[in-house]
Formats: sequence, C-alpha cells, structure tokens
Amino acid sequence: MTKLIDRLKANFRIKNVTMQRADLIFLTVPEKQAVSLITYLRNQENFSHLVFLTAVDWIEENKFQLNYMLHNHGFNFSLGIRVMINRQKPVMTSIHHLWEHASTYQRELKEMFGIDFPGSPEIDQNFILEGWEDIPPLRRDFDTLKYSERTYFPRTGRKSHDPRKFMKSKIYPEQGEER
Amino acid sequence: MLKADRGKYPEIRNGKPIIDLDSQKFVKIWQGPQHPGVTGNMSLEIILSGDEVVDLKTHVGYLHRGFEKLLERRKYIQGFTIVCRICVPEPDTNEYLYAAGIEELAGIEVPERAKWLRTLTLEMSRLTSFLMWIGGQAAAFGMGTVGQWSLAHRDFILDLFEEISGGRIYHLYIIPGGVRDDLPAGFSRRLEKTLHDTEKLLREIDIVLFNNAVFKMRSKGLGIITPDMVDKYGIVGPNARAAGFKRDIRKDSPYLIYDQLDFDIITGNDSDVYDRARLRWKEMKQSIDLIRQIISRMPAAKDYHQPLPNVLHWKIPPGETYVKAESTRGEYGYYIVTDGTECPRRIYVRGPSYTHAVKVLEKLAINTNIADIHGLMISLHTYPPEIER
Repeated sequence: MTKLIDRLKANFRIKNVTMQRADLIFLTVPEKQAVSLITYLRNQENFSHLVFLTAVDWIEENKFQLNYMLHNHGFNFSLGIRVMINRQKPVMTSIHHLWEHASTYQRELKEMFGIDFPGSPEIDQNFILEGWEDIPPLRRDFDTLKYSERTYFPRTGRKSHDPRKFMKSKIYPEQGEER
Repeated sequence: MLKADRGKYPEIRNGKPIIDLDSQKFVKIWQGPQHPGVTGNMSLEIILSGDEVVDLKTHVGYLHRGFEKLLERRKYIQGFTIVCRICVPEPDTNEYLYAAGIEELAGIEVPERAKWLRTLTLEMSRLTSFLMWIGGQAAAFGMGTVGQWSLAHRDFILDLFEEISGGRIYHLYIIPGGVRDDLPAGFSRRLEKTLHDTEKLLREIDIVLFNNAVFKMRSKGLGIITPDMVDKYGIVGPNARAAGFKRDIRKDSPYLIYDQLDFDIITGNDSDVYDRARLRWKEMKQSIDLIRQIISRMPAAKDYHQPLPNVLHWKIPPGETYVKAESTRGEYGYYIVTDGTECPRRIYVRGPSYTHAVKVLEKLAINTNIADIHGLMISLHTYPPEIER
C-alpha cells in the first residue's frame, strides 16, 4: 500500500501518514483537496465503500477533525482521511452525490457538531434531537452536568415515617397524632 | 406481490413524486415508536395511496441516550458498562470491539485462550441475535409460533451466558487484557445439548417457515436489493451477501482466531426478503458449526487474562484506530481517538443499521404494500440504538 500513498502524494498535499495496522492507514489532507481526493479514491482506486463519516472536536487547537473512512473490498484495506476545518465557522463540501448514505452522516454532524454541509439533502431537518436549542451537544464545550442541572429540577424526597409510630397513630388516633 | 397501477398518481415531476395531501388521494400514517411490527423505538412516517406506500421517512430519536458523549466523560474501564447497552440483542460485539480498540492503542497482547473464549462468546451472541430475528421475521408475516419457539431457545443460550458471566443480557465478559473468567466445569456438555436442541429447532423452522406457501408468496420478490445499490448505499453483512457479494469481515480481515476456523462465506442470488431469511438461517447453522469447532480445538492453557496497570488511573497514549467485526447485521466498528488523558477523546460507533434503516429502507419501501413494511424492515435487520448512539 505504500505505492498507493506515493501515487496520492504526487497529486495531493498529503501529510501525517500513520500506518496504524497492515490494513489501516490514516492520512491528513487539506480542506480544499478533500472531496477531489475522495472522488479520485472512489472512482480510480476502487475505494467503493464509505464506512463512516464523523468528526472529532480538538477544542484546544480550535479545529474540527472530519474523518472519512473508505474501504477497498478488493485489497481489504481501509483508508482514514482526516480533514481539519475551522471550528469557528465550520463548513465543509458535501459528498452526498458520491454515496446516498453520506447525507445521513452529514445530517447528524450538522446536529451534533454544528458542521454545515451546504446542498446536502434534508441537512436542516432534525435527525435525533427534535427541538434542540442549546449548542450542538457533541462539542467539547457542551457540559452535560450543567445542562441537566439547568433543565431538570431536583425531586424532593418522600416524607418517611417510623412504621410503628405511624401505625399506632392510625389505629389509636385518640392517643395523639404522630409528628 | 401486488402490482398497482401507478399511471395516474402520484405524478412524477423532475424525478420526484408530487404528493399533495390536501387532494385526499393520499393518507399519511405513523407507525411507531410503539408498534408491534417496528423493531425497537423508531417510527415510520408512511404516505399511502390506497394500501400502497408512495413515500416513507424514518424518524429516530426516541431512545437517544448520548452514549458517545457519556463515554467521553468516563475512564476507559468505566465505559464497559455503557458500550454493551448500545445493542441489546448482541452486546458482545460491542464489548469485544471496545476492548480490542483500547488494547491496540495501549499495546496490550491478549493471551491465546482468551482469544478463543472471546470468539466463542461472539458466535454464541450471533446465534442469540439470529434467533431473536427469525421470530420477528416470521411474526411479521403472521406466524407468531416461530417466535415463541426461537425466543425460548434463545433463552437456553442466555442460560449458558449466565453460567459464564453471571449476566443474561449484558455479559461484561470481554474486558481489556482478555476475558473475566474461564469456562465452568461441564460447560461444553451443556453447550452441546443446547446446540443439539437448536439444530432441531432450525429443522422445524425450515419446515414451517421456509416451506410455507404464505411466507413464500409474500416474501419472494419483496424488497430486492440490486447489486449496484450495495456500494452506493453502504450495504453490508447478510444484506450484501444475499445480493451475491462475497463479503465477510471474519474471512476478509480475520480477527481473533477466525483464520484458524473452517467455514465458507454464504451468499445468495435473489436478494429479496425470502433469500435474506434463508441466508440468515444458513448462517445460524454455520454459527452452530463454528461453536463446535471452537470447543473442540480450544487450547487448554490456563492463562486467560493479561494483568493491566491500575485501571482507575490508566492513561492511554495519543492515537486513533478503527476496529471492526462481523455482527449479525454486518460490519460493526469502533473508531477510537485518544489524547493521552484518562478519558477517551472521541468514540464513534459505526452500526450497520445506520444505513439499512434510514436510506435503504426509505428506498425499498416505495411501491410496496403497507402490510409488507414490517417484514421488509425486519428483513434488513435493523436496531435503532445503533442509529442514535
């Protein structure tokens, strides 16, 4: 597979190639070249299966890392393509024209990370979180504890009685109420 | 299958049907999130013309618990009680993949016997998941009896899981570094008896389900996945194999000890509901065969767990990986990113239902009869928790 990486390096600005396993390589590509690289891999190199598309929030570096995982069934080889995009204005070119199910992943990313994919079908419709008004929940700065404290109110405990005294006051009310 | 005259409506304009609900020619109904035919808490928004489906939308979000977010805030060992709950009928795949991803990033070698024990539980959980599925598939076409039989036999296998791990549904048996315990005494004898009974059940299911005229007539020709759809829609597992693709992760990129076992990839031709059901029935027989192979060939070593560092302060060096395994629905994967702290940076769970239940179901349901929707959906073998993790 080093041949494939050399071929890719001739045409694309590829950095940080990580050989994770014999059948899995991660590489980073600039945002502008990402979709053309994915299209090239799908059409020319037979990476026909889009395994998943997801994002990682690197809040310290102010970046989102998009991860496109492609798989080649002929060589049984997976390629993870990392794309770093700006965290303040996260917009990425859509790939819904290459795979039908890509639009579902993009719809989820819009909802969970706030990454926009202009032109993707149903991108603005809610997928999982209907009526969500807070910041996208899978971002690192969304605090689940603070959210639950703000949204849900604590329940007061039940009033508890000592069983012996309680039953006595029920059966013999003339001896005085239990307090 | 009924063939309706679609000449009049819906009118197709620019490749899209024009559906005007006010014209009173269409009815919109919702099935789910609580519906006996829909698997799990998921809802289908169906637009009907007569009793033919002209449009279908999948709606999820009824059981979202934020698994991925929860995992980001827990230590690695604390995540184990969460991952198995992502898929109820088949939790072992989740446990294995989470453990395998962590082991790969932390550089831990698993003892040989632990690999065999892991494979044994994975195959047993495949069998339980298939037994649950075939009950649903038969019940969707009006044969509830098969479900009664198969769920009872699933419980016998859950008894065996209880012997191994103490838990019936969630086992927490596979942990980083190996497995939690060795097999109890006399386990293989009881396992063999259960497998024998399950084989008998499969023969009976063959008679009552696959030779049943009603089931044949309703399922043949329903929900055909054409070969060109497979890559375009990301279809994996038995759904892709029924379309004639020889794809099985156990064979293509073997994990654990699957390369030492003797089995072939089962494929189909027709790629309809009947063919997929038949293929899964064959895979159940294959699972039984694999369990027997594992039991007979398992090495008798004592070591089943590799000692770990203090798991409460376990820091894993920065890195990322993607591990995958063949579940009953197809490729199941975990994408794990670590950043050198005690908690993972990001864990992404790739479930096969993500594509099968949303895009594929929306495509296949068009122009089918409303009564066949559940059979079609169950034949794609969808579980909503994989969609909303």
